[in-house]
Amino acid sequence: MDNRQKEINNLKDYKYGFSTDIENIQAPKGLNEDVIKFISNIKKEPAWMLEFRLKAFERFKVLKEPDWQKPKFPKIDYQDLYYYSAPKSMKDKPKSLDELDPKLLETYKKLGIPLQEQARLNGIAVDAVFDSVSVATTFKDELTKQGIIFCPISEAIQNHPELVKKYLGSVIPTSDHFFATLNSAVFTDGSFVYIPEGVRCPMELSTYFRINASNTGQFERTLIIADKGSYVSYLEGCTAPMRDENQLHAANVELIALDDAEIKYSTVQNWYPGDKDGKGGIYNFVTKRGLCKGKNSKISWTQVETGSAITWKYPSCILKGDNSVGEFYSIAITNNYQKADTGTKMIHLGKNTKSKIISKGISAGSSDMTYRGLVDISSKAKNSTNYTQCDSLLMGNKCGAHTVPYIKNKNSESNIAHEATTSKISEEQLHYCQQRGLNPEEAVGLIVNGFCKEVLQQLPMEFAVEAQKLVGISLEGSVG
Amino acid sequence: MKEQLQKDFDNSIKNLSLSQKDIEIKKFCLENFIDKGFPNKKEEDWKFSDLNQIIKKNIGELSFYNDQASTNKVDTSVFVDGLEHNKIVFINGRIEKIDFEYEKKNQIEIIDQSETINEFKNSNSLSDLNNAFTNKCFKILVKKGYQLVKPLIIYHTTNSKIWSKNINLRLNFELDKDSSLRLIDLFNDTSQKNFLNIFYNFELKENAVLKNYKVDKFENKNIKYSFNNIDQDKNSISETFILSSGSNFSKNEINCNLNGVYASAFVNGVFSLNNDKHHEIRSIINHLTENTKSYQLIKSVLDENSKAVYQGKIFVNSDAQKTDGYQLSKAILLKKESEFNAKPELEIYADDVKCSHGSASGSLNEDSIFYLMSRGLSYQQSRELLINGFLLDVVEKITDSEIKNLIKNMIGIKE
Repeated sequence: MDNRQKEINNLKDYKYGFSTDIENIQAPKGLNEDVIKFISNIKKEPAWMLEFRLKAFERFKVLKEPDWQKPKFPKIDYQDLYYYSAPKSMKDKPKSLDELDPKLLETYKKLGIPLQEQARLNGIAVDAVFDSVSVATTFKDELTKQGIIFCPISEAIQNHPELVKKYLGSVIPTSDHFFATLNSAVFTDGSFVYIPEGVRCPMELSTYFRINASNTGQFERTLIIADKGSYVSYLEGCTAPMRDENQLHAANVELIALDDAEIKYSTVQNWYPGDKDGKGGIYNFVTKRGLCKGKNSKISWTQVETGSAITWKYPSCILKGDNSVGEFYSIAITNNYQKADTGTKMIHLGKNTKSKIISKGISAGSSDMTYRGLVDISSKAKNSTNYTQCDSLLMGNKCGAHTVPYIKNKNSESNIAHEATTSKISEEQLHYCQQRGLNPEEAVGLIVNGFCKEVLQQLPMEFAVEAQKLVGISLEGSVG
Repeated sequence: MKEQLQKDFDNSIKNLSLSQKDIEIKKFCLENFIDKGFPNKKEEDWKFSDLNQIIKKNIGELSFYNDQASTNKVDTSVFVDGLEHNKIVFINGRIEKIDFEYEKKNQIEIIDQSETINEFKNSNSLSDLNNAFTNKCFKILVKKGYQLVKPLIIYHTTNSKIWSKNINLRLNFELDKDSSLRLIDLFNDTSQKNFLNIFYNFELKENAVLKNYKVDKFENKNIKYSFNNIDQDKNSISETFILSSGSNFSKNEINCNLNGVYASAFVNGVFSLNNDKHHEIRSIINHLTENTKSYQLIKSVLDENSKAVYQGKIFVNSDAQKTDGYQLSKAILLKKESEFNAKPELEIYADDVKCSHGSASGSLNEDSIFYLMSRGLSYQQSRELLINGFLLDVVEKITDSEIKNLIKNMIGIKE
């Protein structure tokens, strides 16, 4: 088989695996204060931002890489990475899409994310992040009319410093864990969203992350603030080219919901998972944390995790405001040699707080999957409730599925209920479907979709269809 | 603590007639322990119960040397009435009596194994401490086909002669093919502020049946750690029941290896705590071959300032197809300050299995109380009735009716 044929065959498995040949500007390799100053400088950041980064870096120097997680990986050499990479054409910010490098437009078209507004079916505003910079944000004008701020975070640092200064690092401080602190020091771009008081965001906001350059870590930072009584639904999608080496993706996402506000955050994560032998793929080590700061606020996380060689993340909710609600819906699918250690944390601090966790894990091939979660009801969180359900499905006898919940109840007026099951697809169910004319693969697809339905329902319509397909594709070849 | 350990170790070695090799091994264990110290919350298994802190807070400085030369008088008043039984009596860590009066003498063998060192998988620095300081260790062998007529009660008694001491105990049991043993551990402490460190090792051969009931009922200020390692062969059954109530701090660990097909393990536990008590049960059931079964049920009733922890793990090896594993923990928090922590864990590498766990904690159901009160019961009576029923569920799981009644009477549970 010649190389070209090989490449085509590979792309069949992971259709986003192409790379864009584009000229890049990169920071010098390695991690030190100069590199951080370089990033800060190229983004024309104010002094307080550089200070924030350096403070984080000071802290990072004394931290050790954690090793308690289930999926082990070879030591990452943090000095052998590029911490900034951007297409050269982005150096002077293009003023409109017409000035944008056609190669970039082409890339996003290929990914199914057209950046031209008219090409979108229904209104979803997109912020497209390519390696370390945000290349385009659509529907900006329409959003501005309502006072909504939706822009790359590097722009927000310059145009809305008061908001960024107030909230950046308020949920994930610079003194957090290893990867979060690394992100605080070197984050490059990401999205910033501010929904003003009483506004219901008229369209879905979305970010599309793309890692292109090799040997580059992507460190994006997202900050979403929902002011009193507002509502926003935010989507996140990700892909990367196929490369033999592992790439690091360590993002931080901070959500802040004030009184009566609601944030819905959905992720369809489809980073390159590595090939069939487990070579290559993305290390997805993301810190996502939401703070229900105000009364009656609500944060809901929905995630569909099908990609990455290793997924290691726990989108969390801190339920500080009285009557606040936290939700977590997750589907995680691992196949071949993929590994996942994911789950959530629900920290109940306020009175009458409620949380709900629905986690569905499917492991196939030689993969390994862990649900790890924490439910902590503090002594002051009177009358709080939590309901957790985590189900795992195993396909084949080489994979593993694990459940590690931590449950802490310090309040006698609060209730926690937790359930977990692990099983395989029953022969009867398969038989029933096949009897009615489905082939084994379709039958499994149907059953798995049914298994995941509770979570898929939570996704916005357009995403749900895509996610459903993704679930099918991820499991291809794992039965029969 | 290091000097104290060294001094006490030298003292205890002096009184034993050990070979040079054994002394070396014991020294090695001691060094291991000095190196690691008491487990603390940085270790995952001790996350919810920091033993190092607990000992510091409740006891302060411990001493490790126990003078085993003089005998203690066996107080017969502690013996259980109304149930004929065999006895082993420990007083302050010294074996005072081994009595199998109801059994055929040639069917039970008691072997002195003081020289051998126990190596446990999944263990911690406390097993090193135990190995370094235990001076007498017996193995009780139940021979092929023999089923003990009467249960064996092990009395763990401590009296006021000792305080701030560490007591280490070790017993090994081997149940040969088709044999069975009913074993009750009864704790009776009139001492204060000691740390008991107990290791049991059970080896169950084909078709063997072990029923182990651990009863820690009487109020005392001691700190206890007990580790049961159970290895199970084909068709064997182990049943463990734990009543965790009396001590100031107590941690029971059950490590069960289901090595043979159709082996099954049952772990049931009751926490009934008040007054600043802090108890933990940690169970690890390793399903290592196909067609094995495990069932666990833990219930807690937590009063004033008490804290209960349950860490249960079901491990299923990739060969262990057709495993059936179940685990349920429930807790009622009676007072504001009480706390329940759970970590029910599943680690599964085989696909054709049925494993599930559940955990729930909360207050007494007000609706149920209302229901009972509307039928004429007082608030207090309704509460008691509900708690009674809640715990009865676990006690009913005891398969031996004689012992079930004994334990019911001890806890004061009514039908």
